[in-house]
Amino acid sequence: MSKVRVLVGTKKGAFILTSDGKRERWEVSGPHFAGWEIYHLKGSPVEPDRLFASQSSGWFGQIIQRSNDGGKTWETPDGSPTAAPEGMPQGQSNKFKYDGEVGTHKWYDGTQHPWEFKRVWHLEPSLTDPDTIFAGVEDAALFKSVDGGKTWREFPGLRKAKGNLWQPGAGGMAVHTILLDPKNPERIFVAISAGGVFRTDDGGQTWKPANRGLKSPYELPDPDAEVGHCVHRIALHPSRPGVLFMQKHWDVMRSDDAGESWREVSGNLPSDFGFPIDVHAHEPETVFVVPIKSDSEHYPPDGKLRVYRSRTGGNEWEALTKGLPQKDCYVNVLRDAMAVDSLEPCGVYFGTTGGQVYASADGGGSWNPIVRDLPAVYSVEVQMLP
Amino acid sequence: MIRVVLPFHLRKLAHVDGEVQVEVGNPVTLGAVLNALEANYPALRGTIREHETLRRRPFVRFFACKEDLSFEPPEAKLPDAVASGEEPFLIVGAMAGG
Repeated sequence: MSKVRVLVGTKKGAFILTSDGKRERWEVSGPHFAGWEIYHLKGSPVEPDRLFASQSSGWFGQIIQRSNDGGKTWETPDGSPTAAPEGMPQGQSNKFKYDGEVGTHKWYDGTQHPWEFKRVWHLEPSLTDPDTIFAGVEDAALFKSVDGGKTWREFPGLRKAKGNLWQPGAGGMAVHTILLDPKNPERIFVAISAGGVFRTDDGGQTWKPANRGLKSPYELPDPDAEVGHCVHRIALHPSRPGVLFMQKHWDVMRSDDAGESWREVSGNLPSDFGFPIDVHAHEPETVFVVPIKSDSEHYPPDGKLRVYRSRTGGNEWEALTKGLPQKDCYVNVLRDAMAVDSLEPCGVYFGTTGGQVYASADGGGSWNPIVRDLPAVYSVEVQMLP
Repeated sequence: MIRVVLPFHLRKLAHVDGEVQVEVGNPVTLGAVLNALEANYPALRGTIREHETLRRRPFVRFFACKEDLSFEPPEAKLPDAVASGEEPFLIVGAMAGG
């Protein structure tokens, strides 16, 4: 029977939760990197025991950690004085240097502000090579490592896609979503708050905005604004990478042409604001969101934590409540804190800012907390193990 | 040998317990000690000083012999007691928060 490993990044460390395929009993390992903010950790699809983690703090900055044994032990790539062959750079795994001229983006007051690296929000391992990994960073840019995280190079073409018009939201300005097209290795989608969706079809050299159809009347009075949209998350099903789903600051959206155009599918949701969105592992038209009351509150409507599921690719949504708190619940679910497994039935997982990680082993029909009292959860990823 | 005391999180990162020792030729300057420290423990690069500019990170402080050396330039000589190994050079995470 397959095993499941859930990787959880929190405000005060990383946790690794493991179970067998029944997903009833869980072992909890952690905290790893206790006291540090772990924005994200994710495993290589090619070598599942190779994990990467983004570790950061306001005191000591950014660290990249790597494990080759499923999270039992960790190392900073090339962080040991004897690890690298002579002449190789050492201690560079946390060096994220913007390529060429730094340039400027729009600041909160509308003036131009220089790009400044702050942290890595999201790590996306290659679908085919365990040494290749992409990093989405704040201030918004995309980096790539081809040596297992030892050194990083930026794709400067992304910031040339009208980067001067991107603007930070309340949480900063970051590349928070990276989707690698499983059918076309040259195609990558990224999403930026508040920049929008961008797509490359040449392996990252050139990028174009993919935001037609998004409406952000409060932030962007221009109805045809190409960039500047506050996209919170995008998701795709591997079998159909041309179909994208989006949770925007407001509105749940869908694209059937790889981001060339978008249409709203918020339908009957109680709030079209939220952060995460994900797609069922076996049903490409089944989508999950967590509606949140906004703008000022950022917790579930009516104190009820409800995942909403659409089996029709949007517009028609049903509330999933069994096992979730239906009163006095005022947590949030952040954009990188939802994931699905590929068991039958599909498992769905999400973490909250209140420190709970909920799991459903039946496609969202019922939920149980795996853990209840972690630090605020920033990210949740799932791995299937033999 | 120069004795260096790292804050808890950097000791964990460097996989060391207690003080570390680094060898530095004369003159024993602030920059030379940090260079030696980063050469011995590359995982610390970028955590005490920024990679490119080598500027001290804002919430990191340097002390020795009850003196705050945080704003000294890299070429500043450290006190004789540090150079002789009598006293440690302290790297401290600044108190910050609410």
